[in-house]
Amino acid sequence: MHDVMHGVLGLYNYWIVIILMMTGFYTVIARPNLVKKIIGLFIFQTSVFILFISMAKIEGGTAPIISEGARIYSNPLPHVLILTAIVVSLATTALALALVIRIREAYGTINEDDIHVQDEEA
Amino acid sequence: MLSAHLPALQVVVPLVSAPVCLLLRNPRHAWAFALAVSWVTLAVAINLAVQVHASGTASYALGAWAVPWGIEYRVDMASVLMILIITTIGAIVMPYSWRSIGHEIDKKHLQLFYTCYLLFLTGLLGIVVTGDAFNLFVFLEISSLSSYVLISLGSGRRALTAALQYLVMGTIGATFILIGIGLLYMMTGTLNMADLSQRLPVNADSRTIRVAFAFVTVGVSIKLALFPLHLWLPNAYTYAPSVVSAFIAATATKTGIYILLRFFFTVFGISFSFEAMHVGEILMLLASAAILITSLVAVFQDNVKRMLAYSSIGHIGYIILGIGLATTAGVTAGMVHLFNHAIIKGSLFLAMGCIFLRLGSVELSDMHGIARQMPWTMAAFVTGGLSLIGIPLTAGFISKWYLVNAVLNVGYWPLAVLILVSSLLGLIYIWRVVETAYFQMPGYKIRKLSEAPAALLVPTWLLIGTNLYFGVNAGLVTGIAGQGAAVLIGQGVP
Amino acid sequence: MEEHLINNVLLGLLMMTGFAIARMRSLLAVTMLTSIYSLLSASLFVVLDAVDVALTEAAIGAGISTILLLATVARTTDEEKAPRHTPLLPLFVVVATGAALIYGTLDMPHYGDPMAPIHLHVAPTYLHVTPEEIGVPNVVTSVLASFRGYDTLGEVTVIFTAGAGVLALLGYRTRRRNSQNPEIRKMVVLRVITKLFFPLILLFALYVQFHGDYGPGGGFQAGVIFATGFILYALAYGIGNVQRIIPYGKLRIMMAAGLLIYIGVGIESMLLGGKFLEYRILADDPVTGQQLGIMLIELGVGITVAAVILIIYYGFVSRKH
Repeated sequence: MHDVMHGVLGLYNYWIVIILMMTGFYTVIARPNLVKKIIGLFIFQTSVFILFISMAKIEGGTAPIISEGARIYSNPLPHVLILTAIVVSLATTALALALVIRIREAYGTINEDDIHVQDEEA
Repeated sequence: MLSAHLPALQVVVPLVSAPVCLLLRNPRHAWAFALAVSWVTLAVAINLAVQVHASGTASYALGAWAVPWGIEYRVDMASVLMILIITTIGAIVMPYSWRSIGHEIDKKHLQLFYTCYLLFLTGLLGIVVTGDAFNLFVFLEISSLSSYVLISLGSGRRALTAALQYLVMGTIGATFILIGIGLLYMMTGTLNMADLSQRLPVNADSRTIRVAFAFVTVGVSIKLALFPLHLWLPNAYTYAPSVVSAFIAATATKTGIYILLRFFFTVFGISFSFEAMHVGEILMLLASAAILITSLVAVFQDNVKRMLAYSSIGHIGYIILGIGLATTAGVTAGMVHLFNHAIIKGSLFLAMGCIFLRLGSVELSDMHGIARQMPWTMAAFVTGGLSLIGIPLTAGFISKWYLVNAVLNVGYWPLAVLILVSSLLGLIYIWRVVETAYFQMPGYKIRKLSEAPAALLVPTWLLIGTNLYFGVNAGLVTGIAGQGAAVLIGQGVP
Repeated sequence: MEEHLINNVLLGLLMMTGFAIARMRSLLAVTMLTSIYSLLSASLFVVLDAVDVALTEAAIGAGISTILLLATVARTTDEEKAPRHTPLLPLFVVVATGAALIYGTLDMPHYGDPMAPIHLHVAPTYLHVTPEEIGVPNVVTSVLASFRGYDTLGEVTVIFTAGAGVLALLGYRTRRRNSQNPEIRKMVVLRVITKLFFPLILLFALYVQFHGDYGPGGGFQAGVIFATGFILYALAYGIGNVQRIIPYGKLRIMMAAGLLIYIGVGIESMLLGGKFLEYRILADDPVTGQQLGIMLIELGVGITVAAVILIIYYGFVSRKH
């Protein structure tokens, strides 16, 4: 019983992050609105960032900026990776939204089902 | 001195050219510049191949930081095969591109087109030379983002939806890969692939590593359009500009397969991937379904580019089938077809680009009797088509020969039957084009057409010539593929 | 203990925001919630000791991405139609994926465990080596710009690609000088505050650019903040006025120049006989060389990022509503 409690306390952070990730993932694949899809993608990616940053944390640590007095620093490498990933996510979002604007201009709608109907008719 | 820097130059040359290309004012200069760069990149690739062949795996520490603290470029024979595919196709489509793309997209976008072409080249090459898992993700995103742009430049609004569909699926795939890499890093503390392969056996049967494996596999499978995760591919290939279809079809999914090979054999190791995770059986099952179903679907397509796209998913199935066997013969067969399918599909899409230039359509119903007006183009298509089916004296035959042998080696004869059946289906869909182009009476519109210009025909026939050459003298390709497979299967990292 | 409490509260708020985003149908409201989601994650990153990431997430996620989303919603539609079918397959895929991930956590080292493998292999070396060999206190900067400087070059290339892509998709259109919305012209408070803050924002951008070695910050954050200053100005005083100061042609040059500076540092170190991006060779003293290299590439990053974000913004606002 003690072990189970210990396991839950050590892992529930990750479980919440997984729920966040899946909320975003669901929004991407279930919603026909293109803007909503891209927002879902954004939430999915941002939540993956939280996963990475959570694994970098050391109990009682501080930010990895070397200073007098601090002895334990959290792991800097995941921070670096996620800085890169945030920029990648911005690049993807910008490109996706630019496509959405062009699609709206060409189809008059940003609903995937409606676009599909128009493509079938053509 | 230069030779020591070859692994870095392979990527840095196209990378530094991309911003320069953006600054050029005259579109023709941008094209000439990108053309020159693509040839220099090919020259670097050939030198690098010779070097690796002579003195073994090349390693290059970027920033001179020792492994595993810094990022390493690591080129072995498996990477060499990919480098040669990417740079060869890249160098051949460039002379073709000026007339073709000039006809299909707005003139003011030409510099941007060539900039994105160079970025795409950079991304693909970065993936195949890197020895670092996260660096692979970064260059995967460079190649993906630039390919979304290249596809969206196609004529017609469906290019936009095709690009967005690919973007959404591709980003989901990339995020899955990122999760997988994150979990791997979490359990080992390293990102270097060679170091990962050293440290993974310690954690071999942890549930976290299993999940990491699953996420990387699913993520990459989206990128390489493994059935049933291929839904983005037909639209992307159909509505992209002709030259983009040829380039992407020949290189992008192939690079995806390379990533899979790297993770299965180098990072996770053959015993974990194939014995503990049973990925071989799953791959062979999906590959068989892909081969059969997409060949059938291809038969019913009216748009020839879409037909070729479905055929590509089937041929990706052949390659995956070989890899799924996890034997030296199987992986060799997969890698041989990696190269051969690249030149076959490249030439077929280029031939369709010739037709699109003159006819403005690639629908079968518009192509009645077109062979009379465009004999060279159609002859190229037919030769490429025969190779796709696997007729002797073509490169496609070599692929099928190796694959069938590999399958029979392990006694899976039903798979050999499957390959035969799907080849017959290939014959049917290629025949439909032949029948329309050669045996139908040309209409009024067709009779006014002239043959495609030499600027398009020469690169197309260059690929066809390569195809026929390697159909007779297959030694070079099978040699490199064999060595690549040996490196992958033999040990974790040589 | 307070740390855990803040952590839990933030995670709870993130869950509520996430669910609301998935459920709500007004895209304008969802956009604002997305911005809040990003800001909450940034706060969480501060609690988790990732101050550099927090600054970036706040600037990029809550700032720029929100602006782009708002611009898109304004040019498309605010209302989301209900899906035609019950999304059973997506639900199944998501539940299966989530279950797989939770299964994967069961063998994970516990949250915050200092003995987890992730903290024992590569990372400690970064913390030990950075003060002697690179001489900057911020280890995130040293890893980002030097140890894994090549990744960062890739990252600048990614944002450069996005700039080129948006340019190809949306183009640009130069507006007249006094083209702003007459409604906004009446908002005196907004205009005065903008005018007051504009120089401060640019100053702050410069501080973040050049102080990144010592505290949180660096080229990316600086580039984003710099661009945000101009976007704020454009919102209050019209895009025409901004385009007059930084015309499109200049941005295109800046966008390429930043990337070229970065690659140039790499090629220069090759010419001096080192490896690509081997900064220590750039000066007589290796530590000075490292610092010089980091400063130069951060400058390149800042220039490209600022230029690309403004180009993207120009592209978005050039399309009709």
